[in-house]
Amino acid sequence: MNKPLRRIAIFCGLLVLALLIRDNWLQYVQADNLAEHEMNRRVPIERYAQPRGDIIVDGKAITGSQKVDGDDFKYKRTYKNGPMWSPVTGFASQRIGATQIESIEDRILTGNDDRLFFRRSLDMLTGKKKEGGNVVTTLNADAQKAAYNGLKGRGKGAVAAIDPSTGAILALASTPSYDPSSFAGNTNKEAETFGKLDKDRDKPMLNRALRETYPPGSTFKVVTAAAAMEHGLYTDIDDKTKSPLPWTMPDTTTPLKNEGNIPCKNATLREALRVSCNTVFGKIGSDLGKDKMLETAEKFGFNEEQFVPVRSNASVFPKEMDRPQTALSSIGQFETAATPLQMAMVTSAIANDGTLMEPYMVKELQAPNLDVIEKHSPKEMSEPMSKENAQKLQDMMQTVVNEGTGTAAKIPGVTVGGKTGTAQHGLNNSKNPYAWFISYAKTDSGSPVAVAVVVEDSDASRDDISGGGLAAPIAKDVMKAVLDSKK
Amino acid sequence: MSSSTTHTSTIGAIGAPSRRNTELALLVFAVVIPLFAYMNVGLAISGELPPGMLGYGLGLGLLAGVAHLVVRKFAPYADPLLLPLATLLNGLGLVVIWRLDQSEKLQQRPNFSEAAPNQLLYSAVGIALFVGVLLLLKDHRVLQRYTYISMVAAIGLLLLPLVPGLGMNVFGARIWIRVGGFSIQPGEFAKIVIAIFFAGYLMVKRDALALASRRFMGLYLPRGRDLGPILVVWAMSILILVFETDLGTSLLFFGMFVVMLYVATERTSWIVFGLLMSGVGAVGVASFEPHVQQRVDAWLDPFNSDVIAQNSDQIAQSLMAFGSGGTLGSGLGQGHSDLIGFAANSDFILATYGEELGLAGVMAVLLIYGLIVERGVRTALAARDPFGKLLAVGLSGAFAIQVFVVAGGVMGLIPLTGMTMPFIAYGGSSVIANWALVGILLRISDTARRPAPSPAPNPDAEMTQVVRP
Repeated sequence: MNKPLRRIAIFCGLLVLALLIRDNWLQYVQADNLAEHEMNRRVPIERYAQPRGDIIVDGKAITGSQKVDGDDFKYKRTYKNGPMWSPVTGFASQRIGATQIESIEDRILTGNDDRLFFRRSLDMLTGKKKEGGNVVTTLNADAQKAAYNGLKGRGKGAVAAIDPSTGAILALASTPSYDPSSFAGNTNKEAETFGKLDKDRDKPMLNRALRETYPPGSTFKVVTAAAAMEHGLYTDIDDKTKSPLPWTMPDTTTPLKNEGNIPCKNATLREALRVSCNTVFGKIGSDLGKDKMLETAEKFGFNEEQFVPVRSNASVFPKEMDRPQTALSSIGQFETAATPLQMAMVTSAIANDGTLMEPYMVKELQAPNLDVIEKHSPKEMSEPMSKENAQKLQDMMQTVVNEGTGTAAKIPGVTVGGKTGTAQHGLNNSKNPYAWFISYAKTDSGSPVAVAVVVEDSDASRDDISGGGLAAPIAKDVMKAVLDSKK
Repeated sequence: MSSSTTHTSTIGAIGAPSRRNTELALLVFAVVIPLFAYMNVGLAISGELPPGMLGYGLGLGLLAGVAHLVVRKFAPYADPLLLPLATLLNGLGLVVIWRLDQSEKLQQRPNFSEAAPNQLLYSAVGIALFVGVLLLLKDHRVLQRYTYISMVAAIGLLLLPLVPGLGMNVFGARIWIRVGGFSIQPGEFAKIVIAIFFAGYLMVKRDALALASRRFMGLYLPRGRDLGPILVVWAMSILILVFETDLGTSLLFFGMFVVMLYVATERTSWIVFGLLMSGVGAVGVASFEPHVQQRVDAWLDPFNSDVIAQNSDQIAQSLMAFGSGGTLGSGLGQGHSDLIGFAANSDFILATYGEELGLAGVMAVLLIYGLIVERGVRTALAARDPFGKLLAVGLSGAFAIQVFVVAGGVMGLIPLTGMTMPFIAYGGSSVIANWALVGILLRISDTARRPAPSPAPNPDAEMTQVVRP
């Protein structure tokens, strides 16, 4: 009987071997997938097991943690002035999960990041509790306040402001907003609050500054102007352009209309931008053709998602168009659509003499003891135009503010360049148009701020809606806030 | 003993050292390791040494000491590894069960009561039974006399859960009975009793089953009438599966029978038949038994939300516990395996080892089980009588299959079945029955390694010679 016994011994050995192999598969090969599985409650438990690290603006925390009595979660997230900062922070809710910075930098905030491993091990030996690290943002509290307060009085809208020389995001506001504190915990009541916010038709939880694309309207004309100069269509901004009035779009019998009776016939580039001529820029787009327009638009960041590190939706400049559509796209209509961040990037590239810096909002990651474990260094993203052309475009935009549609953004003693936009939307433009304003301020030491403001669905009547009237004052306040904080 | 250089082996019995001191030394480790684990849990959970530390240490030490002294006195040549390995598993099991008792989440579940004190009591009873086996069973061949009584007893035990008023249906499986305040799993005891029956039966019939066969396509096919016993056992297994909806027990008995049949007859054809029949049985039952069907669904796609809604998320939770443990684990007392909820400290207890002791810990535990099984099979190899060989291999084979079925189930290797990890899982029946199992194996190995002249010829063994057809 010994031969079968030996075989049985081998068989039992194989059973154990199968278990060992399976165990290695589970706990080694698949370990990370399972440990971070979306259903794995350990992730939120871990996240709220100790006070979470903070998100910092201008040296002050805009978040906090509060001890709660719960079965799983010891601490819940609190937010200071949540509605104002929610487009920056996102939320960290025990019930719902985390988004945006709270989610992306979760490992730092919980103290689980690999770069904190040594420290964590040391703490374990000395018996200290694990602590979360901090996320230091680039935001400017004054600018953010100016942006949020400005929007709040005007209904829905968004503001994005960037430091053109580095790409650092200075303000990121969106209204209507929500308070992430209101559903940070794990109670049914908080879940209900979240449900209500989620279903709200005004979409308070939409981060309009990064995630909503609007037709940019006339503000897009600065991109078209940049394309015209970069591709050598026009070189002198004070030379007359070949622009008939009325101008019929190619391959059609439809004339492109201007807003009102403005002097657009053969207007110079400067003049055309000042009074916002659809005919001039429509014709430029049409003359350049879709490929050249697309090339310039993409250099500015269109058709590409941005990660700041929060994801921003890709702005759109259409790739397939016929000639009249190209003309319309070049004045920010047809399918052209941009996020406020995108238009702020366009403005910042112009203000930074043609160099587009990669936008970012996390300046550094700190260990719990405030040691810097990662520091963001500004990166160049692209060079949409030459320095010379950028300066010409600045000149044009300054004219818009000084004596054109953007006079509401004037700041005494500071050079300001800007462009208004009024984008139509709705079937046959039945809905209130979007009011846009993009601008930058410039001092002797370069430009500290570029800003894009969009106000949508305002209750004001149609006639009052124009970038200059609604959006420009907000942009001005944001720029002033940045300039003042530099002093 | 100290001058001996032979390695620990149950083979080559003549003049073999008793190895009792080896056993004692190993037992010290088997008591000290769980004690450290206990300390570790206490420090991790509340930052102080657990108050029951001294009592627990003394208790476990005392149990192990008594077991050791009894072995030294009454089974001096028994295998030196089995007792320490079982003690280590039992001790670690107590610690982990106590650790799960400390979980706030489990404490909030309805019907929560502390499991560790009960388990300590069951362990004591188990070791008492172990001692009883060694004291009362002077020679394992005595069991041979009870072959058919065992059969009746086994069938009785297996049918008990179906008796109205006595049996309980717990989450779809009828494998428990309630007597007084205790719930008992008769299947655990049936495992041992049925092994005695199979061993006795096969020893008598082995020649008939082995020799009377026709050769067909390279396989020796048994005669039709010799197929009888395997068909009966197969039918029993299917009945257990259908009426008690217990895949584990069913698989265990059939697997054990096939293993013993193969060893008794040395005919590979039985293995082929066994595999075919269990395949047919499993597929057949799975196709019309919703409970089994659900288990298979949960195994195939544990994270599917429909599956979770229908069954429970236990498998998914178990897998995530293993995954979260990673290579080295979170450390005792620092995991969240209590998320498994129901049966976290019984059927799913291995997941806690997985999370808190990591891959390293689970591999160690699995290897300890492997060692127990291999010591059992070695005992079978060393045994000098066919009954002892069959009984030893039957018990070790059943042990191996049980470990495979449970561990494979909680690790998602095979569909989950309702069985417990021997020694480490909470459950009186399991601990007590497995201590008895180890007692019997020790008795067989003692007989096998005893350097005395061959024992007197066994009357029953002679019988087989006579009845040869």
